[in-house]
Amino acid sequence: MVHAFSVLGCNIAVDVNSGAVHVLDPLSYALVQAAGDDYSKMPVLPDADQTEAASAWQELLELKEAGLLDTPMDYVDPADAVPKDAPVKALCLHVAHDCNLRCKYCFASTGDFGTGRKIMPPDTAKKAIDWVVRKSGKRHNIEVDFFGGEPLMAMDTVKATVEYARAHEAQWGKHFRFTMTTNGVLLSDENIKYFNENMDNCVLSLDGRKEINDKNRLTVNGKGSYDVIVPKFLKLIQERDKNKDYYVRGTFTRDNLDFSNDVISIADLGVDSISVEPVTADDSDPYSLREQDLPQIFEEYERLAKIMLKRKDFNFFHFNVDLSQGPCVIKRMRGCGAGCEYVAVTPDGDLYPCHQFVGKEEFKMGSIFEDDFNMEIANTFAGLNIYTREDCKTCWARFYCSGGCSAANLNANGDMKKPYRIGCEMQRKRLECAIAMKAIEAGAAEFSEDR
Amino acid sequence: MTHIKTLNGATLKESACKGGCGECQTSCQSACKTSCTVANQKCENKDR
Repeated sequence: MVHAFSVLGCNIAVDVNSGAVHVLDPLSYALVQAAGDDYSKMPVLPDADQTEAASAWQELLELKEAGLLDTPMDYVDPADAVPKDAPVKALCLHVAHDCNLRCKYCFASTGDFGTGRKIMPPDTAKKAIDWVVRKSGKRHNIEVDFFGGEPLMAMDTVKATVEYARAHEAQWGKHFRFTMTTNGVLLSDENIKYFNENMDNCVLSLDGRKEINDKNRLTVNGKGSYDVIVPKFLKLIQERDKNKDYYVRGTFTRDNLDFSNDVISIADLGVDSISVEPVTADDSDPYSLREQDLPQIFEEYERLAKIMLKRKDFNFFHFNVDLSQGPCVIKRMRGCGAGCEYVAVTPDGDLYPCHQFVGKEEFKMGSIFEDDFNMEIANTFAGLNIYTREDCKTCWARFYCSGGCSAANLNANGDMKKPYRIGCEMQRKRLECAIAMKAIEAGAAEFSEDR
Repeated sequence: MTHIKTLNGATLKESACKGGCGECQTSCQSACKTSCTVANQKCENKDR
């Protein structure tokens, strides 16, 4: 399967199964488009110079012969897409089912996930660490995300967890990586220092322009949060080791379809690591993204890509595609890992497939206090991949997104195997932009021009 | 080649032989938490 597209003035062919990417001149691009899946004979391009067309076709056949075009998927067994007895290697630790903001679009029911406002006791968090160490088998790297609600409302638990894991990781033969996701309201000089020393990644929630942020990210008293959080985020970023990850992460909704302006607004603050994501919402929510919004969203992604190519002073999470050194094909077949390699732990110690499923009782997988991890649910999630999701089998982006988000699929279609179409459309557009940006950065764009 | 410039080789296919170590992140952890992308994750396999 070959996906040919033209974005940002670049003609690109992605050889889906091999991972090869080619930049094409107009003639070879026309040939790839006309050929479709049939490379047995040269397509007829009546208006083309026939000598040049034959030359371009010959080059395409050489790529095919070299395993770089129209490559069959005959080198891995689709059965490998289902992990066998996969160890759990990542926890989303819900240290606080409570929040000091009342964001209008919150998928966690303003912080408590519909399960009542609670803080995870430190002993529960330590038991969760013990649990994941037991369940992680031979895996060395273990990821723990402090999440909520607002995790800063549970700083005692956060500190106790880090101290406990760090004190024992060598003896357990593990390496823990911690991520903090915070709305910033309770950030102080003391915990900025703590996060910069102890968190491998910090995710800092901000929606972009002040008027956009303050429309949705409100305090309990209904006031905007921008002026409170931005100075704290900037202090954290300025004092952070440049080798440690962080993201300023926002949400866009139907209310700010011009979200490239929000990304730029964040970049203009001096932030160089940015993620702005489509909202997770039900169709009935007035701010949910609709089919008819897609053309504008596509334009926004292209606009953002053009601005980034000029500025070169920030990165955008969903344009970070490493074509040559990214994850292996096995990983890309398997999907996100939720429910088998990754689970969420509530303040009560209950286990769910991921943070998006917390509170959905039918998905409760057990408890860290018991050894009754529900393998039926785990196996269901382990079986969600690009081969068991029918629509993914024919999608060119399947090895980049790996089947999408099960929770989004369930919310949109009532079926974890049925991809959320609007999400897929946005994903494909982001990938096209990201790949075209790579071509331009590599100086290959002139190939796409008429000569 | 005069009509085509290859930007990236068959890296996906090449990754199969040493793939599947399982040390990498699960996929929506690092920043998004709402939408899955795998291709922007880092490979953690030291032997690759």
